[in-house]
Amino acid sequence: MNIVACVKQVPDTEAQIKVKPDGSGIDEGGIKWVMNPYDEFGVEEALKMKEKFGGDVTIVCLGPARAMETIRTALAMGADKGIHINDPALENADAYTTASALAAAIKGVPYDVILCGQRAIDDDSGQVGSVLAELLGIPQVTVVTKVDVDGQKVKVVRPIEGAQLVIESSLPAVVTVTKGLNEPRYASLPGIMKAKKKPVDVKDAAALGISADAKAKVGKFIPPPARPPGKIICADDTPEGKAAEVAKLLREEAKVI
Amino acid sequence: MAKGVWIVAEHRDGALRKVSFELASTARKLADQTGDEVAAVVVGSGVEAMAAELGKYGVDKVFVADNAAFEPYTTDAHAAAVAKAVKDNDPAILLVGASVQGKDLAAALVGKLAAGLATDCTDVKIADGKFVAVRPMYAGKCFGEVVFNAAPAMASLRPNVFPIVETAKAGAVVKFDAGVDAGALKTKVVEVQKEASGKIDVAEANIIVSGGRGMKGPEGYGILEELAGVLGAAVGASRAAVDAGWRPQSDQVGQTGKVVSPNLYIACGISGAIQHLAGMSSSKYIVAINKDNEAPIFAKADYGVVDDLFKVVPALTAECKKLMA
Repeated sequence: MNIVACVKQVPDTEAQIKVKPDGSGIDEGGIKWVMNPYDEFGVEEALKMKEKFGGDVTIVCLGPARAMETIRTALAMGADKGIHINDPALENADAYTTASALAAAIKGVPYDVILCGQRAIDDDSGQVGSVLAELLGIPQVTVVTKVDVDGQKVKVVRPIEGAQLVIESSLPAVVTVTKGLNEPRYASLPGIMKAKKKPVDVKDAAALGISADAKAKVGKFIPPPARPPGKIICADDTPEGKAAEVAKLLREEAKVI
Repeated sequence: MAKGVWIVAEHRDGALRKVSFELASTARKLADQTGDEVAAVVVGSGVEAMAAELGKYGVDKVFVADNAAFEPYTTDAHAAAVAKAVKDNDPAILLVGASVQGKDLAAALVGKLAAGLATDCTDVKIADGKFVAVRPMYAGKCFGEVVFNAAPAMASLRPNVFPIVETAKAGAVVKFDAGVDAGALKTKVVEVQKEASGKIDVAEANIIVSGGRGMKGPEGYGILEELAGVLGAAVGASRAAVDAGWRPQSDQVGQTGKVVSPNLYIACGISGAIQHLAGMSSSKYIVAINKDNEAPIFAKADYGVVDDLFKVVPALTAECKKLMA
């Protein structure tokens, strides 16, 4: 069984995000870059499938030169090879363009399952896996917490508001994954050494034959609205007194209860 | 040329979901500015009667695809049906709910329609004659104003953010054949496992009572459940609490959980890691209850209580019960 896992390099969750003064983007200075946490679940699941069924795990990643570290991390975890789509023209690629690039790169790779994180924690867009499935003309199941491959079918568990759905899909398919699926492994030292020698193909938009034109783009980045300073409730300094004061404020000032 | 503001109406168990009325009201507001009609697409089985209800919130026309193959929802069947209606009628703007189902559908439509989509928007507007969608990025650490170069311009709207406004319009039914062959569908829902009834999802709640490491263990959440019960709230959790196995992953609020904007967020025993603050700081009102007066959560809170939460929360429950009686 051959598996493709798509990964993205994103700022760490503890990163402060500062908008550039002209609103053209975010200031990348001082940011620690990591593999998108949801993609880690995808890589882990790909490795588990490989352990169970055999086959190859290919990592596909769109990003600038620094994104190679994320590909190497996935290779160090145990993936076999990588494709790095690196082109300055794709720097602000939207979901459609990104998925077009991934689809073009994946077309040359044999696959039964494509795993993607349900969303990247930078743009929070949550579209690429779905668009990729549409462009490849294969089914998709999104935001799942359990994946079972059985012959030419995959069965997944998808939490929705107030329920969980068990969905079956034919293969090949795109499966987008979320937290709760597995515990991603750490790369071992021998894994890290081996990863350095694993093959990574680097491709640009021209090599993939895709257009870099975006269907949607962020015209302007804006810092979040500042919250007005709040008040610390002192009341009569007993827990009961403070609780009574908060309840009163929520009722009379905020009018939310 | 593309024309009209469209919505995809979402329904479950035979009833339209609240987000559908938020979409209709928002679409009406936009269409009144551009002088366009509002149309809704309803895909399902036995859904024709929903059209009249959508009319109440400003929908002129309702495209209905009625077929047993559309229940329960699957991405392939619904995306194919909506894409057919959109391709045949060429709307300029398409709004979808940023619910679990809406996000799934919208993303598939981007592929089918070669369109651009702004996910989980907190504002949409017409500026200089163009549609602009405003959305949080980095879980709310910054916002982006999204502009579009393709039709339809798509936006999914975060539930509970956009007001519902009644404007009586015709809600005239236009039936269409989506051309979806049930036998050709590649995905199938084989089981629906319902959670205990009455549980409110944090992504949809007006009020969230949330607990972190300060709850000390899973049993600590009992007092939060009680407060939530009185307020009609959902119970949320920080990443620390979820990673410790105290609460289910579906309750996690933050950058790697759910990004929420309820009217009221009560943070109990949550210090306020940046990834948590990102996920909840667009809440209308924030209450923080924490022993540590240095906790970063207090910088975001409208009302801060520095005290033992195990004493404050039960007292707050009793006070709210009194006030709301």
